[in-house]
Amino acid sequence: MTTHTKGTGLKWVGRAIRRLEDPALITGQGRFTADLPAVHRVRFVRSSVAAGKIKKIAAPQDAMVITAADLRAVKKITPMLHKFNYKPVGQPVLGEGVVRFVGEPLAAVVAASEAAAEDIADLVDITIDETAPVIDARDALAPGAPQIHAEAPGNVILEGKFKSPEFDTVWKTAAKIIKLEARSHRQNATPMEARAGHAAYDAASGRVTLTCTTQMPHVMRTAIADMLDMREADLRVIAPDVGGGFGQKISLCAEYVVLVWLARKLKSSVAWTEDRRENLIAGFHSRDQYIALEGAFDKDAKLLALRADIATNIGAYSCFPTTCGVEPLMAMAEMPGPYDVKQYECLARGVITNTCTMAPYRGVSRPVITFTLERLMDKAASAFKIDPIDIRRRSLIGKFPYTSAMGLVYDEATYKETLEMAVKAIDVPAFRARQKAARTKGRHLGIGFATFSERTGYGSPAFAARGMEITPGWETVILTVDPSGFVEVRIGSSPHGQGLRTTLAQIIADEIGVTPDIIKVVHGDTDTSPYGWGTFASRSLVISGGATLIAAQKVRAKLIKIASHMLEAAPGDIVLADGAAKVAGTDRSISIAKMAREAYTQTHRFKGEIEPGMTETGTYDPPGTFSNACHVAIVEVDVETGHVTVEKFLVAEDAGRIINPMIADGQVHGGIAQGIGNALLEEIIYDESGGILTANLADYMPPTAHEIPDIELHHIETPSANSITKAKGLGEGGCIGAPAAVINAINDALTPFGVAIDEIPATPQRIRAALRAKEQAA
Amino acid sequence: MSDKTAITLTINGHDHAIAVEPRRTLVDAIREDCGQTGTHIGCEHGICGACTVIVDGEPVRSCLMFAVQAAGKKIRTVEGLAKDDKLHPMQQAFMDHHGLQCGFCTPGFLMLAVGVLEREPDIGDDDLLDVLSSNLCRCTGYQNIIKAVRAAAKEMRGK
Repeated sequence: MTTHTKGTGLKWVGRAIRRLEDPALITGQGRFTADLPAVHRVRFVRSSVAAGKIKKIAAPQDAMVITAADLRAVKKITPMLHKFNYKPVGQPVLGEGVVRFVGEPLAAVVAASEAAAEDIADLVDITIDETAPVIDARDALAPGAPQIHAEAPGNVILEGKFKSPEFDTVWKTAAKIIKLEARSHRQNATPMEARAGHAAYDAASGRVTLTCTTQMPHVMRTAIADMLDMREADLRVIAPDVGGGFGQKISLCAEYVVLVWLARKLKSSVAWTEDRRENLIAGFHSRDQYIALEGAFDKDAKLLALRADIATNIGAYSCFPTTCGVEPLMAMAEMPGPYDVKQYECLARGVITNTCTMAPYRGVSRPVITFTLERLMDKAASAFKIDPIDIRRRSLIGKFPYTSAMGLVYDEATYKETLEMAVKAIDVPAFRARQKAARTKGRHLGIGFATFSERTGYGSPAFAARGMEITPGWETVILTVDPSGFVEVRIGSSPHGQGLRTTLAQIIADEIGVTPDIIKVVHGDTDTSPYGWGTFASRSLVISGGATLIAAQKVRAKLIKIASHMLEAAPGDIVLADGAAKVAGTDRSISIAKMAREAYTQTHRFKGEIEPGMTETGTYDPPGTFSNACHVAIVEVDVETGHVTVEKFLVAEDAGRIINPMIADGQVHGGIAQGIGNALLEEIIYDESGGILTANLADYMPPTAHEIPDIELHHIETPSANSITKAKGLGEGGCIGAPAAVINAINDALTPFGVAIDEIPATPQRIRAALRAKEQAA
Repeated sequence: MSDKTAITLTINGHDHAIAVEPRRTLVDAIREDCGQTGTHIGCEHGICGACTVIVDGEPVRSCLMFAVQAAGKKIRTVEGLAKDDKLHPMQQAFMDHHGLQCGFCTPGFLMLAVGVLEREPDIGDDDLLDVLSSNLCRCTGYQNIIKAVRAAAKEMRGK
């Protein structure tokens, strides 16, 4: 591995240079929201019941306790979709009249310390007339179920429908119809830093600065200013170092709105640091879906048609800005995955329940739909008595561009090639021999495959297709070479662990001929970065990277123009490298620092042909691209206990051009670990009354180092024409494929028992229950 | 609950004279009373290990210890790992092997690994995996953390 950021003569893109982010983070000099001092500390008092009418909220004497009654002028969080029969529902920032989930904030206690605020919170007296809650999506859809929002009859907040014109005709020709009822239970993204916010009023300017754990600082500013009827200029939002997000820190938290309101009211600073229990019960959930999937196959086991019925439990409210359409509508659009299947019928519903609001979590719907579709393929292989690898070969997309049943255009990818690469690398015949030998000794090994596409770099048309009122598809980058020759890059993206400062620096370094160590990427502050949408959906390297390349190309053009002028050479003879412009084939050169200085201080020399200064702006809004991969898991299932050990994990992936292989591999590793956790361990469990049984990290279990096996990675680089850097996104792929591969491997291991596990997470209890049911039936 | 006790916490060789409630956890005292915010809080119930510091040579969860229990003891935090701008081998290894992404859990992992390797320099791979599985990281998938700690262990043993 190359471990330095200085060098000469080499391209920077494609090198595993060390991250520019790391020196601060490994020395304890990272700056996280909770590190800031504040005059006042806030503790939210949350509902302990899932449904009911608020009768009384009484504060202890002399305590400062804010409720909905104080916030009448504050607008509700009301995200909007203009399609799919979406019913806008509003969320008051503090519960008003009605409570709709356990954990809903009802009051904000303000005190001098966290401990004091917690003491007072314990004394806030809340009376709620409880009503019957609805926790499960299927119960919420049942006739006569309690109505959670009057605006959404039948608890359906949105309904997407699609049917290909020839669907019925083709369906009838099927040799076999394979059916699957899949269930994905509810999960929590669980960043190691829970949410936190700090709002400080500045008396001199009348402005408030909100520092918070967000992936979208500019969107937070727009939304909060709207809700509080402020001018945006009076609010500054800072995302400092953010301790992981994985989607959970995209959505607007009601708590942040309260903090800004309080800072203005008190003309002071207020801070809230979420504790882990709050995060697990109220910090946004995801993945809670039922999918009934049917596949029609021809006599050669080629997939002809798919029919899906998707019910997503979106919780009590809709998240801002993506709306709760993010899971059901992504499931609908991307269900056919990497397969050539032109006939498709789908019903996708978002269902309101008395549970925590659902919001994006890494992969969004794709871990669930990939698990569902890949289970279906394995079931079909079994029904046709052919190999699971073989059945995939017969239906994977091989010609590009490919237009899906719903009109998505897939750019050049390697679905078949990555499958073959993975099959070869894992050595399937050797595994099957080992599996057979192990079975004779009562040990049950299994292998599972998952092939999938990972749509990344969603541009604004992709969001517009969903009818989103906010289409967060573009990014702007402002690149400056300052008079000292140092490069400063201001971006609207908001990285929080992805290493974007390093990868953007690599892109710029190649373009203008400097080293990455003199490039500083500035982000996460609405005062200093251009408007942008933040970091989510595997978008930043594609979109912000593209905007960075455009800005760098403009700076390059300007540098060449200046060099041509100063060196009296033709522009075509100028080469930018090693921090200087050189005239090819001569020893004449001038440093970039010198040119930058002249661009500010000696503008008269350029006779008005070159604009003063050295700042250029790039904006990029791509059409979107598809990464792809094949994941393979080898597991051992202990049939006595139901415990699953993942022995090995192998990935063959194609994310286009890799800017920094070390960072790319790290993203895949981390995604796979989350996917393994999602497959085996992680589940938010509600009881019938709507209470959460998994409110700490001993009960809600992200994987530890023990549960994650060695991960072997293989790459193909198919440069994407849909991305000007040729890079595709890859932040989510790891957790998209891993659950499917692990669950297929478990089912492969359990083949001798004739049981099917079609549920994630596949906990020991579920595996034992399936085995026990089979034993009893026998 | 507001009666405060005067104590002195010795963090990275510096004395901090502070007054804390008996219920104040060590991590809150380190961060808020002593201003050393490199130590992070991830769960406050002893599972995630983000708050791991070294107290009298032992890695401890500073969310599970009261500040008053640490009075008079030698506390080491991430801020004290590098000496005169020279990174500790563990810090260098985390950079070289990409053992961190968001960096929030990193101080806890660094202190856990340093504490254990100082006590047990020749720890075997399986035991090391056991130790490292006591902290949570949500970004890296652990493989690079394990590589980094093994590389640092070699370095700390003098190769």
